[in-house]
Amino acid sequence: MSQTTMPILSILTYFPLAACFVLPFIKNEKTVRVFTLLIGIAEVFLALPLFRFNMTTPGYQFVEKIAWVPQWGLTYYMGMDGISLLMVLLTILLLPLCVLCSWTYISKRVKEFHFSLLLMTSACIGVFLALDLVLFYVFWEAMLVPMFLLIAVWGGPERRYASVKFFLYTLAGSTLLLVAIIAFYKAGGTFSIPELTEQTFSFRFQFWVFLAMALAFAIKVPMFPFHTWLPAAHVEAPTAGSVLLASILLKMGAYGFLRFCLPMTPDASVYFAPMMIAISVASILYGGFVALGQKDMKKLIAYSSVAHMGFVTLGIFIFSLRGFQGALMVMLNHGITTGGLFMMVGAIYERSHSREIASNMGLGKYLPAYMFFFGLFALSSLGFPGTNSFVGELLVLVGIFKANPWVGAAIIPGVMLGAAYMLRLGQKLAWGEPSHAKAWPDLNFREWSYLVPLAILVIYIGLAPGLALRAIDPSLNRILDRISPKPKTAIVETAALPTPQKGIFAGGLFSLSR
Amino acid sequence: MKVDFTLLLPELVQLLIILGLFVQTLKKPGTESKGIFGLGWLPWAAAVGIAVSAFSMKRSGLLFWDAYQVDGLSQFFKTAVSLGFAIASLNALSAPTVREDQRADYLMFFALSSLGLMLMAGSVELITIYISLEIASYSLYAIIPIRGNDPRAAEAGIKYILFGAAATAIALFGLSYILASQHTTYLHILATKSWTWADSPLAVTGITLFMVGFFFKLALFPFHFWCPDVYDGTSNETAAFAATLPKLGAVVILIRLVALLKPEIEILTLMAVLSAASMTFGNLAALIQTDVKRILGYSSVAHAGYVLVGLVAASAAGLSAAGFYSLIYLLMNLTCFWVICSLSTDGKNLKLDDLNGLYKREPYLAFILAVGAFALVGLPPTAGFMGKLFLLTAAWNRGYNWLIIIAALNTAISIYYYLNIVRHAYTQEADDALEIVPARCCSALWGGVLAASLLVLGIMPQPVFCWMEEAARQMMP
Repeated sequence: MSQTTMPILSILTYFPLAACFVLPFIKNEKTVRVFTLLIGIAEVFLALPLFRFNMTTPGYQFVEKIAWVPQWGLTYYMGMDGISLLMVLLTILLLPLCVLCSWTYISKRVKEFHFSLLLMTSACIGVFLALDLVLFYVFWEAMLVPMFLLIAVWGGPERRYASVKFFLYTLAGSTLLLVAIIAFYKAGGTFSIPELTEQTFSFRFQFWVFLAMALAFAIKVPMFPFHTWLPAAHVEAPTAGSVLLASILLKMGAYGFLRFCLPMTPDASVYFAPMMIAISVASILYGGFVALGQKDMKKLIAYSSVAHMGFVTLGIFIFSLRGFQGALMVMLNHGITTGGLFMMVGAIYERSHSREIASNMGLGKYLPAYMFFFGLFALSSLGFPGTNSFVGELLVLVGIFKANPWVGAAIIPGVMLGAAYMLRLGQKLAWGEPSHAKAWPDLNFREWSYLVPLAILVIYIGLAPGLALRAIDPSLNRILDRISPKPKTAIVETAALPTPQKGIFAGGLFSLSR
Repeated sequence: MKVDFTLLLPELVQLLIILGLFVQTLKKPGTESKGIFGLGWLPWAAAVGIAVSAFSMKRSGLLFWDAYQVDGLSQFFKTAVSLGFAIASLNALSAPTVREDQRADYLMFFALSSLGLMLMAGSVELITIYISLEIASYSLYAIIPIRGNDPRAAEAGIKYILFGAAATAIALFGLSYILASQHTTYLHILATKSWTWADSPLAVTGITLFMVGFFFKLALFPFHFWCPDVYDGTSNETAAFAATLPKLGAVVILIRLVALLKPEIEILTLMAVLSAASMTFGNLAALIQTDVKRILGYSSVAHAGYVLVGLVAASAAGLSAAGFYSLIYLLMNLTCFWVICSLSTDGKNLKLDDLNGLYKREPYLAFILAVGAFALVGLPPTAGFMGKLFLLTAAWNRGYNWLIIIAALNTAISIYYYLNIVRHAYTQEADDALEIVPARCCSALWGGVLAASLLVLGIMPQPVFCWMEEAARQMMP
């Protein structure tokens, strides 16, 4: 595959990185912010050629492949399919929003902050686009350092503890991922992901490699016993850090499961599925219960993330098209909604200088616009019909009830817990007494500007998820074919239905009633 | 015997440097001149040395009654040694703990030790190897105690001599066993003999003992005891030299021994066990250190273990990975030491707390230190990652997969103390009472070059790795 067209994926990946090198020459703090914001907007425009993305083929598109270290089989191999398309678009969208939400929040070492932000964006885009295992690993680890700095330098009072914990946890998890990558190379003769997904390995090999990879991804997701780094990191991180952490970093774990574990070690994935499902259910219930008891808004949202990501892994490991669709939709929508919620917390923190629920009560009367957005994101977070998260959760539920009604019954309390903690939070924020909010200003133009895009997405995806689903379906079907040829019927069902939106809900309700 | 002296150009340049330094030691104390007429010429001369070594990369031949070989491996390591010498001597040029009238002598011993290491790279006969080892060691014995009138430096010197003497004595003892059982000291003849325990237990015992001498140089567990103490006691600049270059010499000899003698399972298993013990012990011990040089000391014990992974693989790929990693190790460690020496303008040891607030005082040095530390962890996109990837990949499925898993897990242990260095530099605020001394001039520039080289080699390891790979393939087709 020679390079005949413009290397659009490389440009997207390295444009923020290149911008990093301009930053040291800018003197004024304000200019730094404006510059980074412009870079973020330019990046969005650079992503426009992605609309040539062909939604009907399952293969990788915009592929770039150059020899890197030929003796060792390393190639510079980038490509995009439906799964990575959604994740990359989400990442690109969040960069300007992150700059905007840190406009006044970050007051020290502004230049370094935006440097880390740009570096982080580059690495995240790279993770989703890399099709060479080593290249993937390079991006995967490269993102640790800027995230560590974001927490350690601009974080809250416990930032040192939280940042080191974050770094240790994620790095410790990914060391064995490196061993798994090496084992793949020696067994399959290549580091290329598409080529490895076409090979079949012995079960014994798959067994160990799956465990090594699953550990890395489970820590990143994070799944229940490995989640302890997340609340610490979220609470201490600055707003932009929390947003990136929740919206992008957590998705990488789930992305890893979809991209590596399932297609490369299908037999082991099926073998371990009961364990993964059990852990996912535990994450959903545990995250929900713990979130219910939180006094700190950020901690509450952090634990709700654990629960939401439980839905993602659950959807992945039931091996049906519905489950996969649901998992990806939850990934995307959790990124939008939780990102929005963290921005809301950041906005109110700038007014009250506290993230405690108790000191931010009774905003409804004084900050109506704020409460409108908060209510929207909170409803979306609990999966209210008509908002984006509903689509994902419904699809996962449909998939799980089809696969095993008992597991489905077990997570119903989790869904209800989601409503409980979010409504409780929303109620206290809107009408709680006593209120200190009398003198606080409502949202200003800057805050509107970063909340509106997310709010539009919440409603748009909630009402018309068809476009997103159409983009991911071919890729998901390909993964499904690797796992087992059995659920072919599901594919036919989707293909036969005329419009995707209708197809989702009709298919969903149909299978629910069965 | 006709000797083609053009084959020996790198060594001859090094000899000329030594000669020049020797002439300068003869000056009357107090009449030292500054700049290019003082010792300012040395880095330039060392740069010429690098260029000459790099240009003679493709040469090959056998000299001095077959005792000295010029081939890809020797040339790669000679280039690495001259590179290390250039950086270390540039670093030591203004060492604050060396008296002005001793400076030329001090640097001359650097150059002599480097010459010994270059000779080690080319030696293919056991006695020649032994003599080159002694040339490299004796010069170091002389400079370790030089640190003003610091008694700890004297202690470090004594420790180094005693440990070194014991280790080389063991090596010599092993040599006698090899000679007794195989009746030759030429490696290419030894290569034709059997090295299994069943055929010649005496020879296997001998080669193991002989290797101990180099394990000592490499600071491999359990021959590492000198390492943290010597780094700690001696001056920063000497530590930078002693921590990096002698390891190259040890690695090149071990590569040659493994490539030619093709050791069997007994020796490989022993090496694998030592490697695992070394990296685990080194990393665990480093966790509790507070002195930056001691951290680097224990980290080098761990890195000795990593390099041995490539030797355990005993294949062309493994040997080239080991060679490449030792070059990367040289650069990573010199980068960290560069920052330490730049910051410690009075020659004191740096504690972790002395790094507090470095980002504000010296933003460039803080960045350079971070690159060096993350490279030592093996974090992409630094060269440390590429080196480690090559090592682990080469050794996978060679019968020692447990060693790879231990090596990978060790990365997780080691991250804590390296991260600690970065954390102190970036997130702790400096104590106001701390007197802030500006770092020496040009340090950011050359340190930046070192850090950039780590990043570039991490992204494009191909050109340098190619040299080493060709060299390894010559020996182990």
